[in-house]
Amino acid sequence: MSENVHAPDLSVNLAGVTLKNPVVAVSGTFGFGREYGEYYDIGRLGAVCVKGITLLPRGGNPPPRVAETPMGMLNSVGLQNPGIDAFLSDELPFLRRFDTAVIANISGNTPEEYARMAEKLGDMVDLIEVNISCPNVKAGGMLFGTDPALAAEVTRAAKRAAGRPVLVKLTPNVTDIAHIALAVKDAGADGISLINTLGGMRIDTETRRPILRMNTGGLSGPAVLPVAIRCVYQVRGLGLPVLGMGGVSTASDAVEMMLAGAHAVGIGSAMFADPYAPMKVLQGLGEFMASHHLTRISELTGGVLPWEA
Amino acid sequence: MSNKRLAKDVFDLRVALGSETRPGAPGSFYHIACGGERLLRRPISVCGAWDDVVRFVYAVRGEGTKWLSGVCSGARLDMLGPLGRGFDLADEPTLLVGGGIGVPPMVFCAERIDAPVHAILGFRDADAVILTGAFASFDLLTDDGSAGDKGYPHEKLRERLAGGEWKNVLACGPRPMLKAVAKVCAEFGVRCQVSMEERMACGVGACLVCACAVGGTYKRVCADGPVFNAEEVDWDV
Ligand SMILES: Cc1cc2nc3c(=O)[nH]c(=O)nc-3n(C[C@H](O)[C@H](O)[C@H](O)COP(=O)(O)OP(=O)(O)OC[C@H]3O[C@@H](n4cnc5c(N)ncnc54)[C@H](O)[C@@H]3O)c2cc1C
Ligand SMILES: Cc1cc2nc3c(=O)[nH]c(=O)nc-3n(C[C@H](O)[C@H](O)[C@H](O)COP(=O)(O)O)c2cc1C
Ligand code: FES
Repeated sequence: MSENVHAPDLSVNLAGVTLKNPVVAVSGTFGFGREYGEYYDIGRLGAVCVKGITLLPRGGNPPPRVAETPMGMLNSVGLQNPGIDAFLSDELPFLRRFDTAVIANISGNTPEEYARMAEKLGDMVDLIEVNISCPNVKAGGMLFGTDPALAAEVTRAAKRAAGRPVLVKLTPNVTDIAHIALAVKDAGADGISLINTLGGMRIDTETRRPILRMNTGGLSGPAVLPVAIRCVYQVRGLGLPVLGMGGVSTASDAVEMMLAGAHAVGIGSAMFADPYAPMKVLQGLGEFMASHHLTRISELTGGVLPWEA
Repeated sequence: MSNKRLAKDVFDLRVALGSETRPGAPGSFYHIACGGERLLRRPISVCGAWDDVVRFVYAVRGEGTKWLSGVCSGARLDMLGPLGRGFDLADEPTLLVGGGIGVPPMVFCAERIDAPVHAILGFRDADAVILTGAFASFDLLTDDGSAGDKGYPHEKLRERLAGGEWKNVLACGPRPMLKAVAKVCAEFGVRCQVSMEERMACGVGACLVCACAVGGTYKRVCADGPVFNAEEVDWDV
């Protein structure tokens, strides 16, 4: 078999679901796909993860909700969304018109709320991403993601009700991310997503007011890439499928993320600088495979060669 | 493109677009990349358009606009646009109210309305005065009286509306000015549209960071606005 005859195989397996390529639009930066759908065919993406949804509609936090940081940004949107029923009736049918996997990102105030949402989703999405890492809401959110017992409880509740594989989305705002990852693995998670945003803050030196109306928010963008790579690397030994994200803006960043242990790679804030970033990463991955004589992109996953300690 | 100083810290930027792009309508904006070391683009309103040339007038405020002011004529800019829902223009007698760096989109409105138009232009002081030459008929006000009359745009607006001949008010400027203008228009029962400002990330409606309280919910300034009906804006949120 000559290695140049076959088209490079960009498909990956994420927690039992085949994605045609590893490029995923992450939750909260891509809405429900409509807006960037005006710029390119979102059916070219491996998967679209939708804006975080909750059982009931949420209005979100007061503005300002964004502050720029060196090579990054803080946000404090606070899970503004129309609620799961409106998602199912008004948004999901649109997304389903495209040849891309759909990941539903869900947040709840209690384990039961996660279960009720998972139940409502049934098998209508490809994967469920259980968000226990939102820094911008009071109840639930990151509280669940920083306590292994609570994280496991939410995971179990979602898993019991879910008709599709469950990814649990972890926060980097913990001392030992592998510890939390192990807890959700033991509770039955089919995979994990990481990282959500890192806690951060900016202050206007003239007014002495924080830029964000909520005072603090979540850091994302290129600035967090090394933190994300490190987190993915630290959970690679658990044998859990990983959707790696945080600061990825180029194909080279995506390769790095896969080498650290990711099965698929999410792109979020990079789209704010360049709406076409996911398309460019996809193209760049193809070029990387060609120049490195790779036949399957999945060969990269966990391929880092760490120095011996 | 060309990039010329118009006043202290205010620049006049004109960019030739590729022929396939339409320049945009009054009230729409472009999301302009301001140097590779900054993640976020900067929203700037369209001030004018001819064929495939689009004009912006912007003030240097922070790092991004400072970078923009240093871009030399002939360089290429990375711009996303035109974006947003602009002013709903009617060919009826219209008052335009512009405050400071809110004046540029008013220039474009004046050009596109085929009916009597009068502008009420407010600035901090004489040094900040820009673009008065673009209006055939205008009142000039400054906060300190160093140019034109001393006073605020909404006070002049009240005088003008008392005449009864104006059907529409369009406004752009700092939020306190817009709030005062909205109040005066409500007193006279005159339709008023305002262009709102909020910090943005995506600029296309996907990320929900540019929230503005309108009609009891948070609307996206970049996609549902930036222009809203003044009576629907929840000014105190
Ligand atoms: C729809 C819209 C149209 C605009 N039109 C014009 C115009 O025609 N001319 C003009 O001079 N200015 C305009 N502005 C304001 C302009 O976007 C800001 O002055 C600019 O973003 C400041 O960037 P900076 O890097 O210089 O400031 P910095 O303070 O260094 O910016 C830091 C971050 O805050 C954001 N930011 C700071 N101030 C504002 C603001 N007032 N509004 C929105 N984002 C802000 C920046 O975009 C950036 O993300 C408009 C704003 C909006 C929302
Ligand atoms: C504006 C914004 C909104 C976000 N909303 C959500 C959300 O609703 N649910 C969630 O799990 N993560 C949310 N995130 C986090 C991202 O999904 C992602 O984990 C993080 O931004 C890191 O990736 P990036 O650096 O590529 O943006 C949001 C991020 C941003 C910037
Ligand atoms: S800036 Fe993203 S929705 Fe307006």
